[in-house]
Amino acid sequence: MKHARVMYEGKAQHAIERDGRLLLDDGRLVSENAVTWLPPLAPTPRPRTILALGLNYADHAKELEFKAPEEPLVFVKGEGTLTGHRQRTRRPADVQFMHYECELTVVVGKTAKKVKRDDTHDFIAGYTVANDYAIRDYLENWYRPNLRVKNRDACTPLGPWLVDTADVPDPMALALQTTVNGKVTQSGNTRDMIFDVPFLIEYFSSFMTLQPGDLILTGTPDGVVDCRPGDVVVTSIEGLGELINTIE
Amino acid sequence: MSFMPSGTVYGTLLNFRSEVEALAPQMNQPPYKAPPKAPVLYVKTANTWSAHCAAIAMPARVPEVEIGATIAMVMGAAGMVAGYVLMNDLSIPHASFFRPPVKFKCLDGFLGIGDRLVPASEAGEPSGFTLEVRINGELKQAVNFSQLVRDTSRLLADVGEFMTLRPGDVLMLGCDAGRPLAKVGDRIDISAVGFGTLSNTLIEEAT
Repeated sequence: MKHARVMYEGKAQHAIERDGRLLLDDGRLVSENAVTWLPPLAPTPRPRTILALGLNYADHAKELEFKAPEEPLVFVKGEGTLTGHRQRTRRPADVQFMHYECELTVVVGKTAKKVKRDDTHDFIAGYTVANDYAIRDYLENWYRPNLRVKNRDACTPLGPWLVDTADVPDPMALALQTTVNGKVTQSGNTRDMIFDVPFLIEYFSSFMTLQPGDLILTGTPDGVVDCRPGDVVVTSIEGLGELINTIE
Repeated sequence: MSFMPSGTVYGTLLNFRSEVEALAPQMNQPPYKAPPKAPVLYVKTANTWSAHCAAIAMPARVPEVEIGATIAMVMGAAGMVAGYVLMNDLSIPHASFFRPPVKFKCLDGFLGIGDRLVPASEAGEPSGFTLEVRINGELKQAVNFSQLVRDTSRLLADVGEFMTLRPGDVLMLGCDAGRPLAKVGDRIDISAVGFGTLSNTLIEEAT
């Protein structure tokens, strides 16, 4: 099943995908264009932990002139950086290089502490698509990638759907693609991750307890290009959907 | 009722003058290559939060932890500071600040949080804050918040340039150099006038 969270008639609510439309919990079917899309996540009692990987595809690590990391390069985001499907993300006027990053995102389904690799499947609620924008002008070598690059308001579109684990038989063999104004600029496959999803859950849960609703953004492959105001950026992952964002 | 954050908790590196002076000789060397321009922040995820008087488990692989004693701003509406709270920002000691410190700072329980939110209207000027750190009753560090690189208004302005702190979010003012180390069995007390004391005890991680 594909879950969404949408603002409709002034109320944030859950919906599921039904024949190209949205089925609200009260039984009404509404058009995808009739709602404001939010990140496809139920609220959590405490701020969700949002972990994001850097350099987790061999080709992207090469592109950025780093050797592949020996352990995960991870940074943390606050919830203020998330935004939904079909929203807008701001490019500051003075920057030279702002690029998207299409990323398979794991949504944690139950409390995970010291989980072993072979058991990790049971701790995943589902998967979604993130576009983890970066503004390279602001990179500094202090806790890199620093928050000025990666934690900007509404700079991490997420969605459209949270797709149940049962509907994603092999998350490690999904095609990823990004288009800018309809032209394909990035294509890859989750099989090329350096640290795969089971590894990441085992690794993080070995020292930090993950809670339902926590996110792991698993990194992006080769093919990031500069995006300009007005560009329509569509990050998509096989079986999960197309996440649309417009740069302003 | 004792305080617990409702938003994201951010820490600030290199916001004390002596902390900057200690690292200054390395700042133009690799991997840093230049001193930081924007505030250097990190996140203390919700799994790290420990209440006043809570025991904090230390992983067996770590002989000592570093105590980052500080005071944090708790945000209210419209970018205003609602109040201030004591924090014990524990880290596994690490020498490099090149990569985000998740595996050093985001361990379960690794942020002690004072039980008293001191309203901004009662707290006085943050530059007048001082705090003391004791381990097993012995004074180990005194911190004077007149020594900040960015004072609270400057820090809020420079952070606000790239991200919005929302109501309930928390931003630590920074941890001074000379951070004490503590080990299993130690009781850590962080106290400041008007704030009371934040106490946590380090215990062995259950196996």
